[in-house]
Amino acid sequence: MADSGYFDPVSPLIQPARPGEAPHPWGHTTLIGQRIPRVDAYERVSGAAVFPSDVQLPGMLHAAILHCPYAHAIVRRLETTRAKALPGVRDIITAETPEAKISWPYGEGYAPPLFDTQLRFEGEEVAAVAAETPWQAWDAVRALEVQFDERPAAVAERLALTEKAPNVHPGGNLARPIQTYARGDLGKGLAEAAVVLSGSFRTASQLHIPLERHGCVAMWDGDGLTVWESTQGVFPVQEQLAAVLGLPLTRVRVRGGYVGGGFGSKLQTSKYAVIAAILARRTGRPVKLFLSREQTMLSMGLRPAAIMEMQLAAKGDGSLTATSLSVLASGGAYGGAGSALVDWLAKDLYRCPNVRTELTDVMLHSQPARPFRAPGYPQGAWALEQMMDRLADALGMDPVALRLQNIPTVSQARDGSPAYTTTGLKACLEEGAAAFGWQESRQRTAAQPATFTTRRGVGMAACNWLVGGGFPPATVVLKLLGDGSIILNMGASDIGGGTKTIMAMVAAEELGVTLDRIHIEHADTATTQYATASGGSKTVPTEAPAVREAAQELKRQLLGWAAEELGVKAEALRYEGASIVVINHQEKKGKSPKRIAVTNLARLRQQRVAMGVGHKRANPKNKAICPFGAQFCEVEVNTLTGEVRVVRFLACHESGRVMNRLTYDCQVHGGVVMGTGFALTEARILDAASGKLCNRNLHDYKLPTMLDVATQTVSLPLKLPDDAANSAGAKGLGEPVVVPTAPAIANAVADALRPWQVRCTATPITPAALLQALAAAKEA
Amino acid sequence: MSSSAKSPPPGIGMSRRGFLKSMSVSAVATTLTTTVATGAATLATATRTAAHDDAPPQLIQGLTPLTLTVNGNDHTVLAEPRWTLLHVLRECLGITSPKPGCERGECGSCTVLVDGVARYACLMLALEAQGKSIETVEGLMHGEALGPVQQAFLEEDALQCGYCTPGQIMAAEALLRHQPDPTLEEIRVGMSGNLCRCGAYRHILTAVAAAAIKKKS
Ligand code: FES
Ligand code: FES
Repeated sequence: MADSGYFDPVSPLIQPARPGEAPHPWGHTTLIGQRIPRVDAYERVSGAAVFPSDVQLPGMLHAAILHCPYAHAIVRRLETTRAKALPGVRDIITAETPEAKISWPYGEGYAPPLFDTQLRFEGEEVAAVAAETPWQAWDAVRALEVQFDERPAAVAERLALTEKAPNVHPGGNLARPIQTYARGDLGKGLAEAAVVLSGSFRTASQLHIPLERHGCVAMWDGDGLTVWESTQGVFPVQEQLAAVLGLPLTRVRVRGGYVGGGFGSKLQTSKYAVIAAILARRTGRPVKLFLSREQTMLSMGLRPAAIMEMQLAAKGDGSLTATSLSVLASGGAYGGAGSALVDWLAKDLYRCPNVRTELTDVMLHSQPARPFRAPGYPQGAWALEQMMDRLADALGMDPVALRLQNIPTVSQARDGSPAYTTTGLKACLEEGAAAFGWQESRQRTAAQPATFTTRRGVGMAACNWLVGGGFPPATVVLKLLGDGSIILNMGASDIGGGTKTIMAMVAAEELGVTLDRIHIEHADTATTQYATASGGSKTVPTEAPAVREAAQELKRQLLGWAAEELGVKAEALRYEGASIVVINHQEKKGKSPKRIAVTNLARLRQQRVAMGVGHKRANPKNKAICPFGAQFCEVEVNTLTGEVRVVRFLACHESGRVMNRLTYDCQVHGGVVMGTGFALTEARILDAASGKLCNRNLHDYKLPTMLDVATQTVSLPLKLPDDAANSAGAKGLGEPVVVPTAPAIANAVADALRPWQVRCTATPITPAALLQALAAAKEA
Repeated sequence: MSSSAKSPPPGIGMSRRGFLKSMSVSAVATTLTTTVATGAATLATATRTAAHDDAPPQLIQGLTPLTLTVNGNDHTVLAEPRWTLLHVLRECLGITSPKPGCERGECGSCTVLVDGVARYACLMLALEAQGKSIETVEGLMHGEALGPVQQAFLEEDALQCGYCTPGQIMAAEALLRHQPDPTLEEIRVGMSGNLCRCGAYRHILTAVAAAAIKKKS
């Protein structure tokens, strides 16, 4: 039936539940779970995909921003005359510009002027120019004459808390009261332990660096503003722009479409969007404003560095008795919680009755942090999962066995310790270890003579993630057209995880329609339905159930129309995709069943469209919905050069139902790549004296290339449909995959260096850092 | 800038000859990073530069007409001498598949073919690209149908956000033209000049290997 645009399902299509009820769980699925290429892959490989940075409008101007070149400075004088006189320059806005006299809500109670005269981080905006070409805009930025009064800056977390440290804001650099968490009795836990270990860990700041830089195109049409924005969520941008500019939501349209990566840094609205809007309004021309790569590295957020002290204690059998973790981190110059969630794994991943954590947040003269793929988790995992390995060593246990000894069935960190809907932690550890050949590999590396200078090591680490099940709000509309084609309308952005593809698959699975008959409208505040920004790995578990609900409503409507036309009850009908069939008709009359083609329904022929609307339902009460995972890797360490090469990786993740095996694997591999960068190469380096960024380009800030990642990377999904979580049975995947990678590598490096008992406790494990650690150990 | 570049006469900017000489240094560097697997690439660049060095120096200022041959078609545009090939392709010709990621030769998302060799379009002046054959992913299509490398990227899901993808595809195309039967190691080296922050490397590797087979059938 392919030419009809409807397929033959492997098992009968699911019939709609009664109104108000959630869709019945899926049984066998035809499309869901298969390896299906992205529905928008054609656009992405043909060059036809228009990213916001590709948007060109007639008469469009190009804008550029002058940013503060110091970590802390006062603007004494700003002279625009020379810049204004340059060819092609159409407008310059500064703190003096009336339209720019608005305040910018950084959150946390900080709302300085859009262009402030006191600048608190390198990269903070000072002025902006619009010109006919980007070259002329940058000429003008360079021609702005500014007198900066450089001030001493607070740039190191510990120093910033000392008395003499320069204050970022009056009243000291503590960003918020120290947060503590406690359960059980830590002292008792320590006392009853056979082994107590403590250790210090540090992770460097990691920059998001999506390959499409941050920016937008802004255009006014009378009193209405349209912004093409490279964003993970068009609706939050719309809301903030409307609030800052004092416009109703109906006068601000934000269009996303494609977005060239975000990883959390494009969840929020940035100043540049307001700046572009102001320039566009003043000049009466569309304005394109994309930051330079250097500017994105200076001002578009980061994963804050974490300084961690950890204590872990266990009985002889490996049962944890006490865990404590203290974290020092910074959310940057405008408050914020740089330490948020760093302690979550320590509180939640393994069963432990006595836990204490302490989070200290300090303000620095540095850009505000932004959420970065699993905020807090990779940092916390770096400490916890290395401590677990040290504990295993101290107890003479296998690291996998130690973890298996401490599998929780409830989420201990949550109030009331709710049970998990499902947990694949144990299975991920066991099946991952078996597929990796963990035991044999450990024996092989242990057998290496200490004289080997090229050494192999194997390591592993596990994880969970906070929000696996998605949450409301999400609204999806499905429209059936006169020829049986479907329009899927949702506000969510597809940031690369395959949201569009998976939602099209859900609609197809429900309706029996082939993917090529589905058109997707998404990520446009004017034409699509409200969705929260795509982040937190919640897009699939949030949107997929809404698509199912919309499909169910559509089917109910079609069945109702057919019932009217055939003069039977709707319950006597079955939806079969292309047609609707009278149940038992065949059996009764002994001939082919009475059926009516959906496209022949009189009501559809007359109305030309049928519509179903679906919403994400509330999550089940008193349940924790979390994805889990375990990763295993083998590294090669050269003890003469300090180089670490990742040889192979196996990532076993449990994220409920696998929606699309192809995009699933791509996400898993991608997480491992990003985690490899976190472990081995990535670090934002600030000059200790000036606070200026030392590595401000992609030559000096090392992202992993194809040569830096393991060729043998295996994604081994643990398929455990979680029907209690939501009607799609799916949990998030994008964030957990990045969490255990770095500690798995660190544990493998420690295994390779076992004869010297060396452990690298700071990211990134550069050759220099490794050699230093090795030399220190050999000396001791 | 290379030390061999002549200092420009005061107030006029750099002479074309001096500029081209300085560019040739970075051009060779780019070639090395994008197409290490192909010795022919460096050779081609060196020959071209030598030919230009014999021409008398020429001053170019302001908007100047130039003709680019992109995907087989000639386009004449007015451009400033400092405009890069990437800028002219995107902003003047509306060919937006080469993407700006860094505009300083570090990410590869702007990769195009220049006379069959993968080059970072952000590191080449549009002027310098005159008289050469420039290819972008649009040029790999047959009407609306995808070319073999594009098809392989689609089937193997060698992308996530898709922003680096046109550049990756052009790098793969260049690699496969010079080495139709690459080993996995040659693919890794040949593709290492193109960053993918989404980390689709594993699938890109498979896609390039699959494309090698597709190209032959
Ligand atoms: S934009 Fe040309 S290499 Fe990055
Ligand atoms: S697919 Fe996003 S950067 Fe490569």
